Amino acid sequence: MLKRHSSRFFLFIALQLALVCIMAVHAVERKAAARPLLLEKQALIKTLELTDLCLFTEARYTRHPAMADLHAPFQDGPLSFEHFPSGSLMPPQPHTVGNKP
Amino acid sequence: MIELKNVRKVFNSGKPNEFVALQGASLTIAEQKLTILKGPSGSGKTTLLSILGCMARPTNGRIIFRDREITSLPERFLAEIRRSTFGFIFQQFNLIKGITALENVMLPAYPGGEKRLMLEQRAMALLKAYNLGAKALSKIEWLSGGEAQRVAIARAMINNPTIIIADEPTAHLDSRLSREFMEAMLHLKNDGRTILIASHDPLVYDSDSVDRVIEMRDGAIIAPGAAS
Amino acid sequence: MIEKQRNIIDFTLSSLLRRKGKNSALVIVYTLVVALLASVIFFTHALRTEASLVLQDAPAMIVQKLVAGRFDLIPLAYEEKINNIRGVNAVRGRLWGYYFDPGIGANYTVIVPEAEQPADGTIVVGEGIARNRKISIGDLIPLREQNGETGIFKVTRILSASSSLVSSDLLLMSERDFRLFFNIPRTHATDLVLAVGNPREIGTIAQKIVTALPDTRPVTREEIGRTYDSVFSWRSGILIVILFSAVVSFLIFAWDKASGLSAEEKNEIGILKALGWETSDVLLMKFWEGLAISLSSFLAGLLLAYLHVFVFSSSFFQPVLKGWSVLYPDFTLVPFINASQIATLFFFTVVPYTVATIIPAWRAAIIDPDAVMRA
Repeated sequence: MLKRHSSRFFLFIALQLALVCIMAVHAVERKAAARPLLLEKQALIKTLELTDLCLFTEARYTRHPAMADLHAPFQDGPLSFEHFPSGSLMPPQPHTVGNKP
Repeated sequence: MIELKNVRKVFNSGKPNEFVALQGASLTIAEQKLTILKGPSGSGKTTLLSILGCMARPTNGRIIFRDREITSLPERFLAEIRRSTFGFIFQQFNLIKGITALENVMLPAYPGGEKRLMLEQRAMALLKAYNLGAKALSKIEWLSGGEAQRVAIARAMINNPTIIIADEPTAHLDSRLSREFMEAMLHLKNDGRTILIASHDPLVYDSDSVDRVIEMRDGAIIAPGAAS
Repeated sequence: MIEKQRNIIDFTLSSLLRRKGKNSALVIVYTLVVALLASVIFFTHALRTEASLVLQDAPAMIVQKLVAGRFDLIPLAYEEKINNIRGVNAVRGRLWGYYFDPGIGANYTVIVPEAEQPADGTIVVGEGIARNRKISIGDLIPLREQNGETGIFKVTRILSASSSLVSSDLLLMSERDFRLFFNIPRTHATDLVLAVGNPREIGTIAQKIVTALPDTRPVTREEIGRTYDSVFSWRSGILIVILFSAVVSFLIFAWDKASGLSAEEKNEIGILKALGWETSDVLLMKFWEGLAISLSSFLAGLLLAYLHVFVFSSSFFQPVLKGWSVLYPDFTLVPFINASQIATLFFFTVVPYTVATIIPAWRAAIIDPDAVMRA
């Protein structure tokens, strides 16, 4: 039965789909397991009054993009380095570039 | 019966390399006979053969196949007729390399949607009939010339055709194999099938099995031949 | 009908297998392109989802003082005016800043927490700091103060590793220590944090603050949350350029592969036609060929991407993301996957591939069987 190419192919695809299902189950499981950790982070943000995630610690405007001002990307001088890739990945926030409410 | 009326075939019409392969051929082929198209290369035998086998359409003229006009049938119907009525044996055999003899024999029947198991059995039976049972699962490249020829014949037979068409089948065969080929054709004729062969090989057109020889030259029929 | 399809699939697969090298290369490239795109989609979406979830309890509003467009310390005297605005429950000065550690060349975020403030002379550090400076609880750490002197601080607690996404580089100290350390007068703070009774009034309150205190800028909770929606937005900026190039080069490769029918392939199709296969049969064959390759590669790429992002913490992206940071967070993201991501992925890979190969496939299918007769 498995001699035919088409049979082997269907089996292969079925296998891949089975793996995808396992992947989906894994994802659901992990989400459930992560819930307390997410709550922990949420609580920490509340108690410490944090405004940003700790993603890129190179510069002020990459570490706290929500708090950045117009000057931050330019640092203290026009010749200061651009931070790559975080500077490219993080666009200036509308509330930073002066769109006052 | 296959009738051709003033069939003309022109290639590259209108272009500088325009070439008239067939000039107004009219012909009636009787069924259940072995007919030979004889002539040198360039005489138009291959073109005539491909038109007779519903593989190409004439530029002008009409084809009537078993009292049914098929000249302007859509491709789908032509392919259907081709698949169910005709079996082809090509000059170069044209077997597909890289797959087994068995699979080659089964190929023409794939679009028919037959159950694989039955198809395999039928193909195997055909190969056995031509003494190729042991080689059924060998790849084509490993077969000798004679074995390949027989696979080609077996493939032509898979859809149980009533008309066999062969184009220069003995071109790459030695005398012994050529004679064996003609014997196989005789066998098929006696089975009630029609055989059409294009050849300029004397071993073919001088064979006893032949019923009629049609001579061609430069795209025209010069000697329609009569049933011998 | 099914039998016919199976027969054709049989032959299609044997055709593909006969040109192992070329087709393996295609499948590998295809899989990698899908994996790359999927990795980016999974990563950015998981990050953005997590950000929006954990930042739900971010401060309702932060008020900053701006001098010539630059962030400056805010006078605590401003609290009074803000307190008078209706809807504001509480307003308090927040103290935070940055400390550059020359020892390992990293930036820390120093915070004075309102609740559970460390005792004077002690600090609480984030897991990233502890890891990089090999700190354990009880260690005494020297930190260079604003005035040039070095203060020694005792580490009383290390924040959990599981919260590193928000706390990796944090350094908590007491208010007294902070003001001495950074030389910040008692009359000022870094910014002001507000507690608001009705979240829907935040916008109005912000406007009132700007009117009352024109040199300030409020940042609302909503804006804070929106920040991370645009971070890693894969549909813009540098990412789209990279992804676009990857997908387009792949399509060119696919087109080239599909339309460069070798003489042998053309001959084969001619033979099939001569044997009685119709154009539609050959088209079916080409269709199954495309599907076999697409399906295998798509599923494989999907699985690879999932493994990469959610099991191996996006290790391939690490060199790119790390940039100049020394403190690099652990990107063990939660698998926030949904069907729309998969659909997007499908739309950007399988659909273009199919479109790119359709015309070459059609051209192959209409080959005249006649050509085969005149070998």
